[in-house]
Amino acid sequence: MPPTNEPAGQGGGDGWQPRWDGPVIVVEGVHKSFGDVHALRGIDLAVERGRVLGVLGPNGAGKTTAVKILTTLLRPDRGRALVEGRDVARSPAAVREIIGLAGQSTAIQEELTGRENLDIMGRLYHVGAATRRLRAEELLERFELQDAADRPAKGYSGGMQRRLDLALSLVAHPRVVFLDEPTTGLDPRSRMAMWDVIREMVGSGTTLLLTTQYLEEADALADEIVVIDRGLVIAAGTSQELKNRIGGDVLEFVVDRRRSAEAAQAVRGLSSTEPIVDAETGRVSLRVGTEGSQALVETVRRLDALGIHTEDLGIRRPSLDDVFLALTGHGAEDEENGAGSRRGKKARRRSDRRAS
Amino acid sequence: MTTAHPALVALDVPSPPVGRRLRLAAADTAALTHRELLIWMRNPSFIFFTIIQPVMFVLLFRYVFGGAIPVKVLGGYVDFLMPGIIAQSAAFASFGTAIALARQLQKGVIDRFRAMPMARSAVLLGRLSADVVRLVVTLLVILGVGYAVGFRFHNGALPAVLMLVLGVALGLTICTVSAYVGLAVKDEESVSSFGLVWLFPLTFVSNAFVPVEKMPGWLQAFAKNQPVTIVIDEMRSLALGGPLALHAWQSAAWLAGIVAVFVPLAVRAYRRAT
Repeated sequence: MPPTNEPAGQGGGDGWQPRWDGPVIVVEGVHKSFGDVHALRGIDLAVERGRVLGVLGPNGAGKTTAVKILTTLLRPDRGRALVEGRDVARSPAAVREIIGLAGQSTAIQEELTGRENLDIMGRLYHVGAATRRLRAEELLERFELQDAADRPAKGYSGGMQRRLDLALSLVAHPRVVFLDEPTTGLDPRSRMAMWDVIREMVGSGTTLLLTTQYLEEADALADEIVVIDRGLVIAAGTSQELKNRIGGDVLEFVVDRRRSAEAAQAVRGLSSTEPIVDAETGRVSLRVGTEGSQALVETVRRLDALGIHTEDLGIRRPSLDDVFLALTGHGAEDEENGAGSRRGKKARRRSDRRAS
Repeated sequence: MTTAHPALVALDVPSPPVGRRLRLAAADTAALTHRELLIWMRNPSFIFFTIIQPVMFVLLFRYVFGGAIPVKVLGGYVDFLMPGIIAQSAAFASFGTAIALARQLQKGVIDRFRAMPMARSAVLLGRLSADVVRLVVTLLVILGVGYAVGFRFHNGALPAVLMLVLGVALGLTICTVSAYVGLAVKDEESVSSFGLVWLFPLTFVSNAFVPVEKMPGWLQAFAKNQPVTIVIDEMRSLALGGPLALHAWQSAAWLAGIVAVFVPLAVRAYRRAT
C-alpha cells in the first residue's frame, strides 16, 4: 500500500508526516543473538491501531529484547520491525518521534520533583513551555501525583515512581507506547492502581505493547496476548482463547502427603484432564475448565467421605506456570538461558509471583 | 519471511534539515545542562565533593602541612599552594561526572534518553556544560577562601583570569576521562570505589602541594613530566609571575591530546551502552 501524505494530527509536532494504514506495530521474522545466547529466534507480531498487545513470557524469554528492538535501542540481526510504518533499523529517529517507553528502566531523576521531571522531559521532546506546564498538570492529576508534585521523587513510593515514570513517557502524546513489565516488583495495591492508569491511557486511543510475567495482568489489560518462550512465539490469541487452550481454572488442595495419591485417585474424573500430584508437599491440582464451583463441592464431598483432611482448598486462575505447562510441557521457572537476565532479578521475580 | 503482511513497504521518513537538527541539539543540550545542575544543587554529597572538600583541603594544607613544606616562592607557601589546590580540586570535581553517568546508565535513564527524539550528543554535551558551571563555582569558592587565608595574585588581572580558565580547562579535560570511565564501567559502586584511583597519583604525585625536587629521583621522573604538573607550572607562572611560553604550549598540547583521545572513547562507550 503506497503511503499518502496527510497531516499526522498528533505526535511530535513535526507538521506534515506520511500516514500509515497498516498495523501500527509489525514485527517480521526478527532474530537477535548476544554471542551464543539466542534471545529472539524469529518472532512475528502485529498490533492494530488502538489495540493492546500483551507479550507474556517468563524471565529471559526475550520480551525485553523485543521491546528494545521496537524502541530502537537494539538492531535486529535479521528480519524487520516497523512502528507506524517506520523501520526501526533504517529510520530510528522517525520511530523515536512517535513512541513512548516505560517499564523496567526508569527515566526519573530522584533529586528532582515530579513536576521538574515532567518539565525537563517535555523540553527533551521539544514541547513548548506553555503546553508543557498544562501537560504536566494534566498528567499529575491523572496519575494522582498532585500532592507529591513538588516533592523530590526520591521520597515517592514504588507505585508512585512507576506512575510518574509512565507519565514521563506520555509527555509528548506518543501514538505508540511500550511498557516493559510495568508492574513487576509492585505490591498488589499499587499494581491495581497502575492497571487503572494504563486502562485510562488506552481508552484515549493509544496503541500499546505491554510485556508481563503475569497472565492475570495480560488478561486485565490486553486485547490480544502472545506467549513467548525462548525467543519464539508459542501461542497467540485473546485471553479467552488462551485460557481455553490451557484448560481454564485450576482446582488445588493440599493433603497429608502420605494420602496424596489416594486423594488424587478420588478426584480423578472430575475433569477431562488428569490430576497433578506433588508428592513432596501433598499438593494436588486439577484443571477444571469453567466448572470450578461444581468440582469444588464434589471434591469436598469425596475427600470427606474418605476421611482425608484438606488444607488450602480452592480454585485459582491459571498462572504463568500453568500456561507454560500446558503449552510447552515445562514450567516457566526452568527458563534461565535468556539474555538480559541478571543475578538477583530472578529471586526477586519469584517472590513477586508468589505474592501475586 | 512471513505470510502475515507480505505487501507492507516501510515508509520513507525524511530526516529534518541540518539547521533544524542543530537547533534542536542545542535545545536538548541546554535542557540536560539545566537538569544536571539541578541534580548537583539538590545532592548534598555532590556539594560536599565539589565545595566543602576542596575548602577543607585549602585549610588543611595552609595551616597543618604548610608550615613543614619550605618553598621558594614570593608570598610563601600559601601562594605556592593555591594554583596547585585549584588544579587538584578541578581534577577531583570530575568524580561527579563518572558517578552520575554510571548511575544514569545503571538505572536505565540513558536507555530511555536513547529511545527519545533527542540529539545523540546531548547527554555528553549537557553533562560537560554543567561540569563547566560546576567547576567555575568551585574554583571561585576556593579562590575566595584562599584570599581569606592570605593568597594574593602577583601578576595582574588578565593572567589571574587566564589561570582560572586553565584550571577549568584542566577540570573539563579530566571530566572527559571520567565520562569515559563512568560509561565504560557502567556500575556506580565500582566507579565510586575504584574507578577513579588514577586521580590520586595524577594529582598528588605532582607539584600541587610540594616541590617536585623533594621527591625521590624515580618518582621525580614521573612527577616532573606528567600533565597535571605541567599545567600547574603554567598556572603558577600566571598567578605569581615567571616564564609562560614553554609550559603554555605543553599544557595546551596535553589537554588537547587527552580530549582528542577520550571524547571519541566516551562517545563510543555511550553508543554501545544499553
